[in-house]
Amino acid sequence: MLAKRIIPCLDVKDGMTVKGVNFVNFRSAGDPVELGRAYSKAGADELVFLDITASFEGRKTFVEMVRRVAENVNIPFTVGGGIGSVDDVGNLLNAGADKVSINSSAIKSPQLISDIAGNFGCQVCVVAIDARFDNGEWMCYVKGGRVPTGKRLYDWAYEAQERGAGEILFTSMDHDGVKEGFACDALAQLNSMLSIPVIASGGGGTMEHFRDVFTAGKADAALAASVFHFNEIKISELKDFLSSNNINVRR
Amino acid sequence: MTVAIIKYNAGNIFSVLYALKRIGVEAIVTDDFETIRNADKVVFPGVGEASSAMSYLKEKGLDELIKNLRQPVLGICIGLQLMCRYSEEGAVKCMGIFDVDVKKFDNSGDRNKKIPHMGWNTVNSVKENPLMKGLDGEYTYFVHSYYAPVCVNTVAECNYITPFSAVLCKDNFYAVQFHPEKSGDVGERILRNFIEL
Repeated sequence: MLAKRIIPCLDVKDGMTVKGVNFVNFRSAGDPVELGRAYSKAGADELVFLDITASFEGRKTFVEMVRRVAENVNIPFTVGGGIGSVDDVGNLLNAGADKVSINSSAIKSPQLISDIAGNFGCQVCVVAIDARFDNGEWMCYVKGGRVPTGKRLYDWAYEAQERGAGEILFTSMDHDGVKEGFACDALAQLNSMLSIPVIASGGGGTMEHFRDVFTAGKADAALAASVFHFNEIKISELKDFLSSNNINVRR
Repeated sequence: MTVAIIKYNAGNIFSVLYALKRIGVEAIVTDDFETIRNADKVVFPGVGEASSAMSYLKEKGLDELIKNLRQPVLGICIGLQLMCRYSEEGAVKCMGIFDVDVKKFDNSGDRNKKIPHMGWNTVNSVKENPLMKGLDGEYTYFVHSYYAPVCVNTVAECNYITPFSAVLCKDNFYAVQFHPEKSGDVGERILRNFIEL
């Protein structure tokens, strides 16, 4: 039976994971390779590395980091942040990434989704969507949630799928960082209308939240950052809990 | 021991190289006929689209080369599908090593089943096989929209929408639909089993 996936997300700057990762005491706490290996051992099903570097030099460092992760980590990983072209995608996949996540650039140029799918296959193209519930409707935002786009979440998610996205990574900005649970209603709606997997992000604070995102939210995977990095939730214990709630997970 | 990884127009070939390196095996990524023929083991990996991969292999003559190899060969993902008779993906005639036609998943009976089949699923042995030695019912990582139905060459099954071939074996040819190079410790064990054949 296909397992529900648990995905820790790591922010990377200049090739190092940034702040707030004390999930295990490492010699070098900011080394993405060591963290990736530790998460793999701890039972994570996939990893996401988001490059938050702005500079050109930093981007080159990120590609180098991707290569080191691919050499050393034995589970799939997605990379995102600042990907704007098919060439960027090619560089990251050649370095060993399994999938790429695109967000603002896809909204700006939806054709990019079709181009990535056409060149590398649907399975590599994760379309990340940040949305907020505004006046009774879920609306998409870009630039870390600062800039409204006028696009409706459900319309955009459907368009992304039709253009060749392999997965949708939906972050509820209303729920992100609050740790009061995922946006299960919106997730359930996405899952019922899409035929591609949906990764839930934003709001996971307790093990019950993860249970609910898979049952009420019908998500295929759940992504979180700080609850894992700060060891507030141990992945192995989370999986035991989910399993005891009849949710199929890899253990 | 020399291990050749066949280089062609499919993605993710280096992931296999890295995974072999993690278990202490230095492989060569190559499309050179002599190197492939003389290797002790050959890996035929890939992520991609069947018809374009098949026409590339044909153009280079790699399809005939692979079919006639005598040493252990391991096909991975699209590699497995190209070793079958035919694929619905691009309606293409494939190598015909395994006696089965590759089909597209059909979720019309259950819309909750997403396509691609993506993520970790269990693999159950149906016949004893050295590739799966010490493993039964373990999770491995899958990413695919097409599958080889269960057939006479199936040695392990996975169930998603329908039971399908997770592992095929015929003579010196082995193939897995999942990605051992991305399947954690279980995947490394399978690669080690292959190297030890």
